[in-house]
Amino acid sequence: MSSSVFSVLSKFVAEYRRSTPAKLKVVDAYLLYILLTGALQFFYCVLVGTFPFNSFLSGFISCVGAFVLGVCLRIQINPQNKSEFLSLSPERAFADFLFAHAILHLVVVNFIG
Amino acid sequence: MELICLGHFVLSHNPEVWILGELMLNCSWGGVGGDSIHRIHPALECHSLVVSLSSFLLRFNYRSTHHLTSNGFYEFLNWFDERAWYPLGRIVGGTVYPGLMVTAGLIHYVLNLLHMTVHIRDVCVFLAPIFSGLTAISTFLLTRELWNQGAGLLAACFIAIVPGYISRSVAGSFDNEGIAIFALQFTYYLWVKSVKTGSVFWTIGCCLSYFYMVSAWGGYVFIINLIPLHVFVLLLMQRYSRRVYIAYSTFYIVGLVLSMQIPFVGFQPIRTSEHMAAAGVFALLQAYAFLQYLKDRLTKQEFQTLFFLGVSLAAGVVFLTVIYLTYTGKFSLSLMRYLCPPPRYAKIHIPIIASVSEHQPTTWVSFFFDLHILVCTFPAGLWFCIKNINDERVFVALYAISAVYFAGVMVRLMLTLTPVVCMLSAIAFSSVFEHYLGDDQKKDKEGLGPNIKSIVTMLMLMLLMMFAVHCTWVTSNAYSSPSVVLASYNHDGSRNILDDFREAYYWLRQNTDEHARVMSWWDYGYQIAGMANRTTLVDNNTWNNSHIALVGKAMSSNESAAYQIMQSLDVDYVLIIFGGVIGYSGDDINKFLWMVRIAEGEHPKDIRESDYFTPQGEFRVDKAGSPTLLNCLMYKMSYYRFGEMQLDFRTPPGFDRTRNAEIGNKDIKFKHLEEAFTSEHWLVRIYKVKNEGSSRTSSFLRKARS
Repeated sequence: MSSSVFSVLSKFVAEYRRSTPAKLKVVDAYLLYILLTGALQFFYCVLVGTFPFNSFLSGFISCVGAFVLGVCLRIQINPQNKSEFLSLSPERAFADFLFAHAILHLVVVNFIG
Repeated sequence: MELICLGHFVLSHNPEVWILGELMLNCSWGGVGGDSIHRIHPALECHSLVVSLSSFLLRFNYRSTHHLTSNGFYEFLNWFDERAWYPLGRIVGGTVYPGLMVTAGLIHYVLNLLHMTVHIRDVCVFLAPIFSGLTAISTFLLTRELWNQGAGLLAACFIAIVPGYISRSVAGSFDNEGIAIFALQFTYYLWVKSVKTGSVFWTIGCCLSYFYMVSAWGGYVFIINLIPLHVFVLLLMQRYSRRVYIAYSTFYIVGLVLSMQIPFVGFQPIRTSEHMAAAGVFALLQAYAFLQYLKDRLTKQEFQTLFFLGVSLAAGVVFLTVIYLTYTGKFSLSLMRYLCPPPRYAKIHIPIIASVSEHQPTTWVSFFFDLHILVCTFPAGLWFCIKNINDERVFVALYAISAVYFAGVMVRLMLTLTPVVCMLSAIAFSSVFEHYLGDDQKKDKEGLGPNIKSIVTMLMLMLLMMFAVHCTWVTSNAYSSPSVVLASYNHDGSRNILDDFREAYYWLRQNTDEHARVMSWWDYGYQIAGMANRTTLVDNNTWNNSHIALVGKAMSSNESAAYQIMQSLDVDYVLIIFGGVIGYSGDDINKFLWMVRIAEGEHPKDIRESDYFTPQGEFRVDKAGSPTLLNCLMYKMSYYRFGEMQLDFRTPPGFDRTRNAEIGNKDIKFKHLEEAFTSEHWLVRIYKVKNEGSSRTSSFLRKARS
């Protein structure tokens, strides 16, 4: 069972390397970085404690939010999904991404306390 | 108004697009103008001073807004009010939804900046009609997204005049619902738009509108449960698409962090069970989207291997997390006030909630009174939506079903039903008109004869006209009289104004010490604080049940026991409402059983509800009444000196018009109280507490204050 899982995973990684365009790989690397940062924050909170809670929440939500927005950007600029997003050019997607990040970080900075 | 809309509707089906722009302008003006006119009715009928901020709760909202405009925003957020809930005080900044006050304050600030000097009171009085105009516009936008432009116009017209919404947004009704319904409709419009386009821009707009809604009203919980429900049902219906993923994920996260900015909401969105559905659907959606992504890239077998592993891992993690959180007590199953506990449960366990008249189950009469024909046409609209289903119409169907359930539980929630009823009825009417008015290319065998078409059209128009007449009548009669001033009609038809409430409050304001403390039932707390400007013990915020139970116990006990309680609470005056002289049925004797029930909840050994009934189980105030009732403080205060009063030569002295009985205990004497004031029609009675040998603490407090 584990060998088949391993083989599936390695096949998946190889196919991913081959068929994903470079733009999306950059976004994926960014997403991986955000994921690691979020996990790090969470483990720090588990180890050290939740005081001050609002600061932990704002940092953690900022990570989750950045991750979600990155995923949305990736979906919208993926040329395979073009049929679903006819009115959304990649430039518009990126502009939306920036706008959303501006709002998100404004709120996070207010919440950090 | 309907004819105008009909005309616009017919035109809108022509291919000429240039008319559409004019239509929108007209409709928005019509929407704003139409409903504003209806809502200024009370201001026109009565003097503006009287109509301003009539009802109990609104006084507090006005007082807070006044505090905001005089002292600034940060002072308002940090305001600790020590004149309410004596001796506890109240942290206003942390226990109020600031949206209403901030909106009024902002409008006041901007107008004064432009050198249009408007008093804050006028801004407060006219805020609700302005926002109802905006509600009409957002209803138009939402219905246009759901169906078509014609339906949008009809929906806007309906919500402009429907009594269910007018009741909470007349001029003078300065309450959260006035702006909350606008925020609700606008949030839903932006949500539908973001699901349709899948653009992050619209979703962020939706989040900002949701933030405004959270700041405005506790009913935001409805949004944060309806939207996840919508997403969940879409998943179940296999209508998952990437647009839904983008819309919901962004909405949840940004909305979450925005909603926690309001001090009153605080950390509730990640702690209480009311918000857990949203989090659950978020996690589910992430998992689902990831699995979809994998499925696209792997073969079926490979996918299955990974799928089983992934699902078991996820289930294990979730299971362990829930166990851990429940064990350490971080996960609280709150009372779920917003999910409306069934009435019988509430009556026994939470008497405070059950005692409010607005929390009673809704009768059919209220449905018809507030919605008229719309309540009949709204199922037809729902059926049309379900028949031609797409992502947005799933949303409105869920909205309709949940709103109907909640409106059936509590009268107060008729308000959340009203917008969706307007929208769906508009859809129904629009479909009917579309079918029967379009006379282009209907030459085939199925075509209806022109007679049938005109008959049906005329019938529909008649229905709409009757609706408009009903709405106007309801607004002028039922929702236009300010509740502070009572109006009654004499035999010859002339109107008799009873101004007892204001008379009593101004007496209090002018004849008592500035730091005097007034004990009354919680209904009148805000009014006493606002109009008489005195410290109160309990008010409409009802956040502290034990404090209210203490007041209830004082009212239900005999005079000596009550005096001890009043001494410990430093009470100077007691205020009650008595309707026996004029037959007013909202007085304190009629509310008395709720006082007993609430007191019994906290002090079951001292107060028993059965003591106040006769052995046969009746609640009587005459000679046959129970002795506990005839000697309790509330009874004595209501009927003091009433035994000598003969209202009519046909009835004996001491005849209570509200209960239609001659009172049992006519010879009332007080040991610790004395009568201070009784208003003209005996509606409001104020008693002074004699403090022989005042305790050290109260005199110390008085010294500290001066």
